[in-house]
Amino acid sequence: MSDYLEIAGLTRRFSAHAGVFELSLSLAAGRTLALLGPSGSGKTTTLRLLGGFETPDAGAIRVDGADVVPLRPEARRFGMVFQHYALFPHLDVGQNVAFGLESRGVHRAAAAPRVTEALALVDLAGFERRPVAGLSGGQQQRVALARALAPEPRVLLLDEPLSNLDPALRERTRRELRALIRRVGITTVIVTHEQEDAFDLGDVIAVLRDGRLEQLGTPEALYQAPATAFVAGFIGRGSWLQGRVARLDDATAEVLIGDARWTLPAAPMRRHVPGVAVGTMLRVLVRPEALRFAPAGTAGLAGEVTDRRFAGAYAFFQVRLPGGDQVEVSAAPTAAAPGDRVALVPAPPSDAELIACFPGEGR
Amino acid sequence: MNRSRGRFATTLLALLLGWLVAYPLLLVALESVQGPGGFTLEWFARFVREPREWQALWATLWTSVVSVLLAGVLGIPLAFLFERFDFPGRRLLGALVALPVVLPPLVGVIAFLFLYGETGFVGRIVQAALGLAEPAWRLEGAWAILLVHAYSLYVYFSLFTRAGLARLDPAAIEAAHSLGAGRWRTLTRVTLPLLLPSLRGAALLSFMTALASFSAPYIFGGGFRVMTTQIVFTRLNGEYGMAMAQTVVLSLLALTGLWLASDRGVETAGSGKGVAPSAVPIRHRGLRVLATALGWGLAILLLLPHATLVLLSFVPVGTWTIETFPPAYTVANYIALATDPGRLRPLGNSLWMATLATVVALALAVAAGLLTVRRPRAGAALIERLLAVPWLVPGTVFAVALATAFSVHQPLLGRVVLVGTLWILPMAYVIRNLPITSRAVLAGFRGLDPALDEAAASLGAGRGRRLVRVTLPLLRPALAAGATLAFVTALGDFVTSIILYTYDTRPLSLEILSSLRQGDVGIASAYGVFLMLLSGLVFALGSERKAVTR
Repeated sequence: MSDYLEIAGLTRRFSAHAGVFELSLSLAAGRTLALLGPSGSGKTTTLRLLGGFETPDAGAIRVDGADVVPLRPEARRFGMVFQHYALFPHLDVGQNVAFGLESRGVHRAAAAPRVTEALALVDLAGFERRPVAGLSGGQQQRVALARALAPEPRVLLLDEPLSNLDPALRERTRRELRALIRRVGITTVIVTHEQEDAFDLGDVIAVLRDGRLEQLGTPEALYQAPATAFVAGFIGRGSWLQGRVARLDDATAEVLIGDARWTLPAAPMRRHVPGVAVGTMLRVLVRPEALRFAPAGTAGLAGEVTDRRFAGAYAFFQVRLPGGDQVEVSAAPTAAAPGDRVALVPAPPSDAELIACFPGEGR
Repeated sequence: MNRSRGRFATTLLALLLGWLVAYPLLLVALESVQGPGGFTLEWFARFVREPREWQALWATLWTSVVSVLLAGVLGIPLAFLFERFDFPGRRLLGALVALPVVLPPLVGVIAFLFLYGETGFVGRIVQAALGLAEPAWRLEGAWAILLVHAYSLYVYFSLFTRAGLARLDPAAIEAAHSLGAGRWRTLTRVTLPLLLPSLRGAALLSFMTALASFSAPYIFGGGFRVMTTQIVFTRLNGEYGMAMAQTVVLSLLALTGLWLASDRGVETAGSGKGVAPSAVPIRHRGLRVLATALGWGLAILLLLPHATLVLLSFVPVGTWTIETFPPAYTVANYIALATDPGRLRPLGNSLWMATLATVVALALAVAAGLLTVRRPRAGAALIERLLAVPWLVPGTVFAVALATAFSVHQPLLGRVVLVGTLWILPMAYVIRNLPITSRAVLAGFRGLDPALDEAAASLGAGRGRRLVRVTLPLLRPALAAGATLAFVTALGDFVTSIILYTYDTRPLSLEILSSLRQGDVGIASAYGVFLMLLSGLVFALGSERKAVTR
């Protein structure tokens, strides 16, 4: 493999379910990987293993083909931006940024222009002599970035880089961060629990759950072809319904949901549901854009609109099915109104797997 | 609170505190320049001329500085050992490190006397082992004082450093590593600078304590005088004017030390959001054995004074003469303590006086908290400064000040005769307790979320109900912390008691001293054991409360 950063069989066991288990993935030079997952999924542990703050029980982390696991954090040349930034409060901005350079033996005089350069990179030119305590949250984060980047690390690690910022700043910071990473061209690993951050910043996303890799792929791939029920539910919006296979041939499958019969492509179902046959019970994820309204009485899933949430060009409708299940449907804001009795039919098929079937009973 | 009523209460509290803590000191300053014929600088002139006085001043200064250094050299590495590394027995040993705290100063000194003194266990063992006719050393003078100080003061460094390490943002350490800094560079450039406020606090506290130390120089000093003992002996000689001048000089020395140590740099509070780093197990076998041996050796060393006291408390009067270890043991000493009214009296005295002093100090601290923390008023800063004043000057100084202020009857000048009555000692204890108690209580008040009080008010609770049902319960950990320290300090007090006690109110420390003078080591030690156990019990209860309210 020619990828710049490679993780192979990485394992760090805290207990049977906590830790990181047999994680393998790789990242090309200059690309950004987002580790995405709920809390406790092992994403921060993975980042700390990369940084050298945790020692793996097994596995390798290779940079340019060489294993860095035996190296102590100070020898790895990985830059890290900590969640709460961890700026040294007893040093000013310039001294913070110079710290890594001086640690690597760069003379103070030689470090000064590189500090200036790093601060200019994050738009903080002239902040050298400011105390870090007086900086805003966004400025502190940029100092932390400059400090991590100044020694020209081989890999940049970012731990929840946006979690400490308020929503207005978050959006802007995310754009700036993306631009900065592209400009520097550094291989980057970001930990986040926000799908939006992962989609925006990651060239590839690794979805983690209980310390295991669920799926590795581009944002598009994760959304359009989720490998597991967990990824399908975690990425994007969707409602879970219960279904049963009513008919199956080489190309298509008919799935019975309530009174409705939907015809779906058979290939992805065979992939997700090993040994699928007529009568197999399914958990069906339905994306909001997968359904459209048809007048009540049309053959389809009958239900009643209970709520409408306006979102600009379209609206989200909550539809209650006779069994009590709720389905979310996106459509033109005027397509229906609360109280309407409607029928739901699948929208014309697209490349994306907007209705995805997984094994199991219940919703 | 009604605005004018609040202002009235604030003024009243400021006046009361001013009368208690500032006025007596002012009177000392006045009397030190007061001669039979009015204003005079004669006492200070004599102080400057006397080499003896300079020697005492110099002795106070250098023993204090060296005590701080010794305590730091012992306490800081220990804190790192216990906070950062894991080895068998770490938890137990970590708790034992604080043991010197349960030994009141005089009791600790006596334990040292019978442990390391020329007739102490270690001295006798060495003498017997080497077959010497004379004791191998005499526990006397500066080095004896330094030994006691190092033992009792390293606890400050150890506790402060551990607290600092626990507060340290572990991400700062990791950040340094990820920026390429090795262990040494991380320690010197990140860890120690971040610990600096803690270390400065420990150094200041140790310095002030060493400066004010009285028991060790009093028992071990011999011809080696420091300012505190000098003041007491000068007073014993009846040279009151000279004692006043010495008192003023000692106060000035304390204030100078305080001024030099005060933090004039920028506040370097960390983000403090990280979790405390867990202790690293020592992997290397040899190092682990070494750390364990060191830890346990240290624990034994720390426990020896306590063990000495316990052992001696079972020795019958006059039975231990030349043997290495006492030949006979008895519980008669404890029976005497429990049954002999003359022996019981000092126990009762110390208990009621310490209890009263604790309650009054707590009440004053709570009043100060209610009046100053919630809404800043004119006078709030003054009240807070007054509460801290007794900490700024050594106990001896305060005792002399009280003895001066309350030995004449001039009600219009706020002076009544209290010296020689029941009330002077509890009053002295209250004043000595004010800084520690109010520090804990005011910090507790600052930590209260004002929204809770407002919520209670919006739910219809009146002032009294809010105080009893919301404020005080929330303050419980702070109150417990303040009360614990105050009670234990008052219980074992020697430095102010020796100047202010009367026969009827003689506290435990004075009784211990007189038992010792009469050669009754067993009784003195039994009192010491009682003080030690009670102090330990109070500390245990105080910290348990804290755990419950978490």
